[in-house]
Amino acid sequence: MEMRILGRLTAADALPLYSWVAIGGAVVTILGFLAIIGTITWLGKWRYVWTEWLTSLDHKRIGILYVMLALVMLLRGFVDAIMMRAQQAFALNSGGYLPPEHFDQIFSSHGTIMVFFMAMPFLTGLINIIVPQQIGARDVAFPFMNSVSLWLTAAGAGLVLISLVVGRFSTAGWTGYPPYSGAGYNPGVGVDYWIWAIQVSGIGSTLSGINFIVTILKRRAPGMKLMRMPLFCWTTLASSILMVFAFPALTVTTALLALDRIFDMHFFTNTDGGNLMNYINLFWIWGHPEVYILILPAFGIYSGVVSTFAAKRLFGYKSLVYATMAIALLSFTVWLHHFFTMGASAGVNAFFGVATMVIAVPTGVKVFDWLMTLFRGRITFHPSMLWTLGFIVTFTIGGMTGVLLALPPADYLMHNSTFLVAHFHNMLIPGALFGYLAGYMYWFPKAFGFTLDERWGKRAFWCWISGFYLAFMPLYMLGFMGMARRMERYDVAAWQPPLVIAALGAAVILAGIACLVIQLIASIRTRERRRDLTGDPWDGRTLEWLTASPPAPYNFAVLPQVRDIDALHEMKRRGAVYERPERYEDILLPRNTGAGVLIGGFAFVFGFSAVWHIWWAAAAALLALLAAAAARSFCDRTEFRLSASEIQQIEERRLRQLAGEEAL
Amino acid sequence: MDGCTPIRAPILHPAGPVALAERDLLFTAVFIMLVVLIPVFVMTFLFAWRYRASGGKGRYTPNWFYSGKIDALIWLVPAAIVVILACLLWSETHRLDPYRQLNAGTRPLEVEAVAQDWKWLFIYPEHGIASVNELAFPAGRPLSLKITSDTVMNSFFIPALGGQIYAMAGMQTRLNLLADRSGCFRGRNMQYSGDGFPDQHFAARALSAEAFEDWVAKARKSPERLDATSYRALAAPSRDHPVSYYSGVAPRLFDSIIAKYAGQHPE
Amino acid sequence: MSIAGKDTAVLPEADVYEQRALGFWLYLMSDAIIFALLFATYLVMVGNTAGGPGGGDLFSLSHTFGETLLLLTSSLTFGLASVALDSGNRRQLLGWLAVTFALGLGFVAMELREFHGLIALGAGPERSGFLSAFFTLVGTHGLHVSAGLVFILVMMAQVAVKGLSRPVASRLERLGLFWHFLDIVWIGIFSAVYLPGILQ
Repeated sequence: MEMRILGRLTAADALPLYSWVAIGGAVVTILGFLAIIGTITWLGKWRYVWTEWLTSLDHKRIGILYVMLALVMLLRGFVDAIMMRAQQAFALNSGGYLPPEHFDQIFSSHGTIMVFFMAMPFLTGLINIIVPQQIGARDVAFPFMNSVSLWLTAAGAGLVLISLVVGRFSTAGWTGYPPYSGAGYNPGVGVDYWIWAIQVSGIGSTLSGINFIVTILKRRAPGMKLMRMPLFCWTTLASSILMVFAFPALTVTTALLALDRIFDMHFFTNTDGGNLMNYINLFWIWGHPEVYILILPAFGIYSGVVSTFAAKRLFGYKSLVYATMAIALLSFTVWLHHFFTMGASAGVNAFFGVATMVIAVPTGVKVFDWLMTLFRGRITFHPSMLWTLGFIVTFTIGGMTGVLLALPPADYLMHNSTFLVAHFHNMLIPGALFGYLAGYMYWFPKAFGFTLDERWGKRAFWCWISGFYLAFMPLYMLGFMGMARRMERYDVAAWQPPLVIAALGAAVILAGIACLVIQLIASIRTRERRRDLTGDPWDGRTLEWLTASPPAPYNFAVLPQVRDIDALHEMKRRGAVYERPERYEDILLPRNTGAGVLIGGFAFVFGFSAVWHIWWAAAAALLALLAAAAARSFCDRTEFRLSASEIQQIEERRLRQLAGEEAL
Repeated sequence: MDGCTPIRAPILHPAGPVALAERDLLFTAVFIMLVVLIPVFVMTFLFAWRYRASGGKGRYTPNWFYSGKIDALIWLVPAAIVVILACLLWSETHRLDPYRQLNAGTRPLEVEAVAQDWKWLFIYPEHGIASVNELAFPAGRPLSLKITSDTVMNSFFIPALGGQIYAMAGMQTRLNLLADRSGCFRGRNMQYSGDGFPDQHFAARALSAEAFEDWVAKARKSPERLDATSYRALAAPSRDHPVSYYSGVAPRLFDSIIAKYAGQHPE
Repeated sequence: MSIAGKDTAVLPEADVYEQRALGFWLYLMSDAIIFALLFATYLVMVGNTAGGPGGGDLFSLSHTFGETLLLLTSSLTFGLASVALDSGNRRQLLGWLAVTFALGLGFVAMELREFHGLIALGAGPERSGFLSAFFTLVGTHGLHVSAGLVFILVMMAQVAVKGLSRPVASRLERLGLFWHFLDIVWIGIFSAVYLPGILQ
């Protein structure tokens, strides 16, 4: 075989000429990229973007970038979704408008994007912005590592996006089961894009997990005992522990698959002693905890929202904490329920089925604790509250179908069907995404200093929830009708009407997304009259509402003294809020650095080169990455000192603002 | 295409005792869980209405945040339901173990099923015949399947008759089914396996004893025989493979398909 | 509301290093899971020789013993480097780090020789599931040792350039954790891979 400078990258293989729709996708991706570059250039804001955002180590800035990445990827993932729904609405006894090799890429990229590049960055972003403020800290424990995590995640997302333009994405689904995903059955670059995108971003997630655990355990303000932390901090802690202990399993799984594909090894091949069942076990040892990595932070958001907008202390705080930790622990004991149909003995299946159902107990406890918080509260229907109420009802249905799937004999009927698809969307859309959107609307003023338009927020909610029911209830029904998931076309006429309804549901969700976009634009245009001058627009109960909106770089000029759960509420009752301290002191803050961007960039080059077997470039990128990390370790001046007088100026301005506000 | 008019919702209207028991378990579990579900729905809407800030009639007790009794209740009720469901799960999982032979007073019919890209081969060792994309068997007589794959992982499923099981190369899984009336049911691969996956379905025909004999006789008249060469041709990827029959099958073909992968190093 | 000391704007320096130590422990635990899963995979695949050679045909006790000796000694010399760090003796510290580096390099060289020999025998990682798992488990450890060698070089440079500053000392402590961790993993490999293979 001749050595080629560009590995297996040739124009013929690389360009998406196999379908007009694929060419369109590539063009849109390129235009979107050029539009962003062009806008920044036209506004002359490159220096601002670089110094204030890309190189920032401020946890709030990093968090905002994470959420922006998540929202962009939500759009991309949703385009995949609505294309699938449209295809299946038409594809009775016909090929629809998507050829199989394109449809199969779309369901693979939809799942991959929504899990790794929408949900993960969304929750990581919200945690980044809020958790340090909730525990009364000035930043995360490792601000530089935080930046590295962000740029590794972005590099992974970049690999998925570029697969639309150069080459193809995987057709093996977001789970990448071998031997189908092996080189024998799938020799192209698609699976490699999938592998390297999640490998690169997965390392970022592991690092984020470490960062959040240390932040929560070591950076709490005086008096902030563990059992006084807001629930969002607890669920973040649980979720981060899962990230640290579960993501290595994904790293191993995808690395072994890569070794099979690149070096012709035999971990998961049909032949030569490979064992595909080992892949499926390893994948779900990560995959099941991952469900809780996504859902637990949303549970924390709901807890905060319920308490704030019911104007009442959370019911059963301890129960909620124990339930969270129980769920985290149990999530490692149930992975086999993803493959009851593999032929394990009845005893093994029954054991994992029971373990799965046990998780329903702490989850049920949580639902009732939220309901009891509403009980005898004074409920304001802010959009965040609507997302929460919608979640409680809808998620309970998903929980029920989950218990059904935990019964192995019932699972034999429903596995791999659209019932399963409906079930996990029923968990993840209300259970995770609604929570993130509730958090987005709840905390937006904290991040940007002005509130989001509530009317458009409510419209978005009603579109999303009705669209959800329209899109997924028919899929439950189709499961009873025996429809398999991932079908590019079908010949059963009875399936078409429910599929058309599901496509309409997707269209309603599209309207919901449009409402979100309009909400954002309208709120930015009317921001002057939506300014949050107090930093506390919802009569908040937890410490993030003590800081200014947006917070000063150091969050708290003087670290708060915590005496109870709902620390801010307790201070307000005591009348001890917004007090002028006797004196200010200098604060050390992380100094900006471009090293994170650089490391992410090298990771992207490495991933891209590994996909296309451009080994010299992959090796060079890896060496450059190591060199950048080593060079960074030589730098001791990683912080700068904000002087007491500067802090005094910032704080005095805020106190004057607060006084003016109170005079109104 | 396979001449079957599929049942509209085979899971809800099963045609055999296995699928029926599995469906009934599903229904029972739904009813048990309504004990939790209905209160959740009622409480959500009731509380949202009663305690709304804009004119709700409910009392406001901002400092009430704990009650030992309620706390105990919300742990114990879900726990009790899970205990009940777990008992049900344990016994039903053992009773409905797909490997367990069904007892219907008659000897089961043994069939060996092989998943290929993108079709199903059924070998009848008792009769020395084979068919592609059509699985015929007598209604009322248990059907005992040995399943493997000669390609990527597949999942064998006849929704009207009972749950599915994976088909994996180099391995054999088992499935025991029974149709208690004659009819033509749709079966398919449920595990995505590539471009031809949507068309990878077959007709599962539960026939009367006489009709089954006729079917066997028809297969025996086929000019085609399944030996190493014709098997290789059949196993090559193909879509929309027509129903076809083989009047003879090389001995131990099924075992050799498994052995091809099981730890052997091809020369 | 301020309590002296608690309100200081700057975190006490000790806390910063404590946090880094905790963070590094968490990293080691997640790395330990990577090895645990590779061990599990090896045990699942140890019989999947696909008609090719098994551990008994390939492993050499004397070679493995040599590797073990090098790595265990390097742990000892790293311990001596830590003692030198505590007593603030820069020359000794550099000396022991250099010895540790040499021993580690010897280990990697021996491992590469073993791999090279196996591949020459036709027992490379593409030969069977068993050999894939073997090369990957042992090779992942070897890659970690190599990363540790780079880490040692970087730290020697830092000690030489910066002296025994607090950040440098804390990095050396973490390097020590890493190096001893790799020792423990190797003992696992020796007992779960080589010993059963040879005793077969």
